[in-house]
Amino acid sequence: MASNQQVKLLGVKGSPFVARAEIALKLKGVQYEFIHESLSNKSDLLLKNNPVHKKVPVLLHNDKPVCESLVIVEYIDEAWTGSTILPSDPYHRAQARFWSKFVDDKVFPAVFKAATNPNEKEREQGGEELRESLKILENELKGKFFNGDSIGLVDIAALFIAFWLPIIQEAVGLDLYNSEKYPKLDKWGQEIMNHHVVKEVLPDRDPLLAFFKGRFRSNTPSK
Amino acid sequence: MATQEVVLLDSRCSMFAMRARIALAEKGIEYEGKEQNLADKGPELLQMNPIHKKVPVLVHNGKPICESLIIVQYIDEVWKDQGNPLLPSDPYDRAQARFWADFVDKKVADASSKVWTKKGEELEAGKKDFIAALKQLEEVLGDKPYFGGEVFGYVDLVLIPFYSWFYAYETCGSFKTEEHCPKFIEWAKRCMQRETVAKSLPDPKEVYEIVLILRKRFGVD
Repeated sequence: MASNQQVKLLGVKGSPFVARAEIALKLKGVQYEFIHESLSNKSDLLLKNNPVHKKVPVLLHNDKPVCESLVIVEYIDEAWTGSTILPSDPYHRAQARFWSKFVDDKVFPAVFKAATNPNEKEREQGGEELRESLKILENELKGKFFNGDSIGLVDIAALFIAFWLPIIQEAVGLDLYNSEKYPKLDKWGQEIMNHHVVKEVLPDRDPLLAFFKGRFRSNTPSK
Repeated sequence: MATQEVVLLDSRCSMFAMRARIALAEKGIEYEGKEQNLADKGPELLQMNPIHKKVPVLVHNGKPICESLIIVQYIDEVWKDQGNPLLPSDPYDRAQARFWADFVDKKVADASSKVWTKKGEELEAGKKDFIAALKQLEEVLGDKPYFGGEVFGYVDLVLIPFYSWFYAYETCGSFKTEEHCPKFIEWAKRCMQRETVAKSLPDPKEVYEIVLILRKRFGVD
């Protein structure tokens, strides 16, 4: 591996998607420069390197951009040797991709619907969808991590549930996800947030809570 | 009868199932295709894809793989020493291929469904987004014969199934894609000359008949 490889990560520290890329880089022991973006005032660098979506994270590897968090994580896994993030067996790789896509397609939209939709019925619907998705993940979790004994793609993708979801719940007054209803997920959450690499990457809780309180409407706690 | 190792839970007009069919054909894999009734989903589909209950599902030695892009990558990885490679070998090129496949699913699929399921303003908005997505893809294609470069590849495979629905979109939406995106149509016709694609896509008129039935069912017409 060339020692003059230049790796930059365009991101914001509170973003769960940016965190995915950072965790992957750190798991591989890749040195990188974190470039702080302002989402209300996007830099030319960001707009030039992600003209299609104009979003973070963007990975720049020797100035060549890779966009979309799960694409970035797979790229990091393939471009650098070291601990593997995806399993090596094709069937298990397919399962890892399936479950990380499930988090993106089902969990995220449900959380935002439940937390931010101006219509009460829609918020309740979002809550239902979230409960259903979390139940499915609770059943899917068989070991210490979704990836077995070490963290992998699904754990990295689902970290949102462990760290961000409780903060969002607190910000808007929801209690859809808790240790009583989802004991396995809760235990997994503790494990992954204690992981030495994940700990380094997770942002501070209080500023994030203040951010969500400011951004999202406050709802009365759901029944 | 020999035990079937590879089964595809399929639906003739599903552009997502078409992706799996093309991939299997590119690799020269023999499989049993089982046409599903999506209006009355059978026990095998519900058992093999309990989460989404959708096609396609690839069942390989009894184990299900769901989600079309995941299925295509699985096929490419399992049968990597057989047939034509689907994804590029270089990690950076693979990342670009995955990015654009994701773009197709986010931008083309959504907008195109509006074109045949909506009316009035929503339809017009869908048309606008659909054309914009195709124009973006034309830019990416540039002067290359395929998105994969000189050779038909992953992004081509992921995108071409939508072409079988163009007649339906254009008829429902009263527009001609060729007028807005001639290069796109050129690329599509080039792909259709490929045997694996031609035999995997249904006749556009067949798709249109299905669309008319669905429009009645959804109360659009």
